[in-house]
Amino acid sequence: MASVNLRNVSKRYGDNPEVMRDINLDIQDGEFVVFVGPSGCGKSTLLRMIAGLEDISGGDLLIGEDRMNAVPPAKRGIAMVFQSYALYPHMSLYDNMAFGLKLAGKSKSEIDAAVRKAASILHIDHLLDRKPKALSGGQRQRVAIGRAITREPKVFLFDEPLSNLDAALRVKMRLEFSRLHQDLKTTMIYVTHDQVEAMTLADKIVVLSAGRIEQVGSPKTLYHHPANRFVAGFIGSPKMNFIDGTVSAIDAETVTVQINNGGLQQVCVAASGIKPGDAVSIGVRPEYLQLDSDKPVIKATVSTVEGLGDFSYIYAASASAEEPLISRIPDALEVANGSAVGFSIKPHHCHLFDSKGEAMPRTTPRTQH
Amino acid sequence: MTDWMNDPAWTALGLSLRVAGCATLLNLLLGVGVGLLLARGRFPGRNLLDTLLTLPMVMPPTVLGYYLLTLLGRRGPLGGWLQEQFGINLIFTWQGAVIAAALVAFPLVYKPARAAFEAVDGQLEQAGRVLGISEIGIFFRITLPLAWRGILAGLLLAFARALGEFGATLMVAGSIPGKTQTLSVAIYEAVQAGQDDSANRLVLVTSLVCMLVLLLAGKLAPGRVAER
Repeated sequence: MASVNLRNVSKRYGDNPEVMRDINLDIQDGEFVVFVGPSGCGKSTLLRMIAGLEDISGGDLLIGEDRMNAVPPAKRGIAMVFQSYALYPHMSLYDNMAFGLKLAGKSKSEIDAAVRKAASILHIDHLLDRKPKALSGGQRQRVAIGRAITREPKVFLFDEPLSNLDAALRVKMRLEFSRLHQDLKTTMIYVTHDQVEAMTLADKIVVLSAGRIEQVGSPKTLYHHPANRFVAGFIGSPKMNFIDGTVSAIDAETVTVQINNGGLQQVCVAASGIKPGDAVSIGVRPEYLQLDSDKPVIKATVSTVEGLGDFSYIYAASASAEEPLISRIPDALEVANGSAVGFSIKPHHCHLFDSKGEAMPRTTPRTQH
Repeated sequence: MTDWMNDPAWTALGLSLRVAGCATLLNLLLGVGVGLLLARGRFPGRNLLDTLLTLPMVMPPTVLGYYLLTLLGRRGPLGGWLQEQFGINLIFTWQGAVIAAALVAFPLVYKPARAAFEAVDGQLEQAGRVLGISEIGIFFRITLPLAWRGILAGLLLAFARALGEFGATLMVAGSIPGKTQTLSVAIYEAVQAGQDDSANRLVLVTSLVCMLVLLLAGKLAPGRVAER
């Protein structure tokens, strides 16, 4: 087991400009860290740099106490599970799992013990004689994880391991990853584009965008205190609503915003770097955007209603927001397509972002959410 | 019986098999090497190189033969140098026939080899690196075993093509019975000389050998790789 530290790490290809820069990250021993971001944000590249499959152009990578920049992948004390599982089709499952140990020169009895142990952890003991083609996707994934476990690595690296599985199996395997981490207590770094996987698995989430780290924090921190509009919009499903307005008044713990084509909205944040008259956007999650016919601050027209059983999402176009507003309502409420509706928001449910997309610190204690 | 055994057809067949075998061996090394280079390498002029390497497939063999004659002849740039430095002459030798056959059949090895290498999932090689295999080990223990069937199918086709080579071989190696006269050249000579019996036997032997090779190639066709 080991910690992983990245210091001012950057990546460039040839003489081209840097595609990743200023990557600073501390991963504690035994932590489950998830790299998440849209495709092309650099999350897989960062993982591959830690693995040693991509060169590090600048900065330092430390695994435990040792600088690993120039150490070959097999000597970094890592094991990696790939998106396509990367099982060798010409070898049996046993040989696939034993391959790395054979190369490391382990004795036959040591190899056998390690393979049988990993197979029993993953419940694939009865499949060891088969070739990968005879297995389902979930079983292949287990073998790939088993191959990683036999190496007894200090750090596990997972590159989008669930993205080739169907939805039901994904949920099942997600739980297995959680269990595996509880059993092994080894440092794990997991890459995904799926924010639900990130929220459910991680001790710590690293949100990346365009080669930069946007925010690092626990799932709850990212959900309730996103540092900027990008993180606010990326974490949470359906995504956060953004409502445009201008600052009308500022006092100690609240900011009053004049919503474009709407009413006045109080927001519980500590203002920093904004003054009355500045353009801002209010962020509110769908569960907190409430239908209100008495004193609405926003008016909208319903375009779609999605019933999900115990609740529904309504999508409503509004002159106050660029994108349709999304509101989660109880299923008992009947709302027709095309009907005019009004919304209100409680001040402590609001986020506030300046014109550059930076968030103001929220002033409400977390318990109120 | 002894007459039958001493038939010059067997000499021609033996020579043809030797020429085609050597040409295929040469193409195994060159075709697989170049196929790997173009499947994995990223360098300027890659597409142009691919076009040049595929050219022997569409150019008339006589044109290729002419190029070889110009290049390898005593006054040619390569032939002259070989003659001066090592006293080697390739024109009108069976080794010259090997080079002609290898050139004509080259794209049949190079193209499938490149496709087979491109079809190997890069993550399998990366997983090998993480597991601690050397780059040479990765090639021989992962990449080559996975691409092997595609390469083998190409080699068999190339062998059949080399066996039937006529135009370029005739121009470079000529038609010296027992020395450079391969099956297809011998058939041409027999027909020209009105020796129908001899021609018939040669044609039959050639047809059988070609069918055998194609049957084998069919069994190893790349389409079956996915079924493994």
